[in-house]
Amino acid sequence: MAGLLHQILSGLATGGIYASVALALVMIYQATHHVNFAQGEMATFSTYLALMFINLGLPYWAAFVVTVVLSFALGVVIERVLMRPMANAPVLASVGVFIGLLLIFNASTGAIWDYTTKAFPTPFGDRPLLGGYISGHELGSTAVTLVVLLLVYVFFRYTRLGLAMRAAAYNPVSSRLVGVRVGWMLALGWGLAAAIGAVAGMMVAPIVFLDPNMMGGILLYAFAGALLGGITSPLGAVIGGFSVGVIENLAGAYIVGTELKLSLALVIIVAVLVIRPSGLMGRTIVARV
Amino acid sequence: MKLLEVVGLEAGYGPTTVLRGLDFEVAEGGVTTLLGANGAGKTTTLRAICGMIPVRGQITLAGQRIDGRATEDIVRAGIAHVPDGRGTFMELTVEENMRLGAYTRRDRQIRPDFERMFGYFPRLKQRFRQQAGTLSGGEQQMLAIARALLLRPKLLLLDEPSFGLAPLIVREIFEIMRRINSEDGVGILVVEQNANLALSFADRAYLLETGRIVRAGPADELGRDEAIRRAYLGY
Repeated sequence: MAGLLHQILSGLATGGIYASVALALVMIYQATHHVNFAQGEMATFSTYLALMFINLGLPYWAAFVVTVVLSFALGVVIERVLMRPMANAPVLASVGVFIGLLLIFNASTGAIWDYTTKAFPTPFGDRPLLGGYISGHELGSTAVTLVVLLLVYVFFRYTRLGLAMRAAAYNPVSSRLVGVRVGWMLALGWGLAAAIGAVAGMMVAPIVFLDPNMMGGILLYAFAGALLGGITSPLGAVIGGFSVGVIENLAGAYIVGTELKLSLALVIIVAVLVIRPSGLMGRTIVARV
Repeated sequence: MKLLEVVGLEAGYGPTTVLRGLDFEVAEGGVTTLLGANGAGKTTTLRAICGMIPVRGQITLAGQRIDGRATEDIVRAGIAHVPDGRGTFMELTVEENMRLGAYTRRDRQIRPDFERMFGYFPRLKQRFRQQAGTLSGGEQQMLAIARALLLRPKLLLLDEPSFGLAPLIVREIFEIMRRINSEDGVGILVVEQNANLALSFADRAYLLETGRIVRAGPADELGRDEAIRRAYLGY
């Protein structure tokens, strides 16, 4: 019983990371109808940036803030420079750019900071809490994730800019007609997604250790979470992310064992696509072709 | 004084030219209507003014050239467009649709303006928190006009405001458009299938046929024109 509770709690902790990355995926998907395959590698790159700042002597939270800001800027620049010219290109061309980005970020991370696995510090300590059910870092990273999700919610729900970003995603033509600069909203979406990814990277790195392929598996889980919740629904993505974290942990502990955990993400993806392609909370999109 | 002046406007979609050199104007505080059959180029003209398609020719708003500029900038210069299909943000609430209408504004008059819109369209107040996709066609048309007016435009472009609506609602909407025009001095360029309605509403009228203006003049004069009466008014 205690073991089960422990598995669920730590499943929620990693699920929070998946939820963040899933949210980043959904944000770009909503605006562009593309899934950014490079989201994970961009987050890894950001995490290395954070480690560099920490090694340069910056306090943890200062490095955290600087990394988030830089990642945001990087996301904006990528959209402006690389994605903008692809605005009217066929889907496969965009997919090509995403894969190119993935390879570029993966390779340059390895080239700049080398491929050896590195430890990443946590500001929360590793003391077991709540009678040993959850570690300080798990609790802290879950809290950070929840704060990020709450901020994103408040931003989209209550601010003028958040409203404009939603409008631009739903109906770009009408948005232009009320004066929204749709192109910049896309860039802003990329920036936010990159910033959220950076936070996710910094939160997961103390658990899985930092190496250039760190986010590969996590992106897969996050994608499963986004699909499970419905790729058109930000709230669904968050719930899906948490669910996948718990499912993964429970199945890993009691059913399939740790070696097969990652294939579980693929099983979830295939199952969702077969049984309910719109996910738990998503809309069905109908397109004329 | 001319609010909008269009000279030699040409536009189209890809290789297809739709507008073949239009000249027309909207007077300061005036109402101009473009008449014509389906496919004459009325909707295309409004899109061209808003920079939604590439154009050649000169478009001047209150003395300022706006042709070739981005839609967002043309909107910020003071043109609000109620597009065909009404352009409702279906997934958002009525309130959010209205907030988007005032997106470019930073002044403190936005809330009072909301109240003004509720004065024109009381139904929007009843539906304020409702998802806009659940509104009826007439309500969406009211929302579209409110959204456009919240921009505080100098010129309002209306694309077939009567389309698909019950006669009673059409009358209500045109009544309000007239008030907006006379009280706030907003210039209006309206495209209509219902020529009778448009001619009684406008002070200036142009008749479009396959991308060219074939008749122009004061609205009442065009309303008396034999050929127009027979072809477009049906009597």
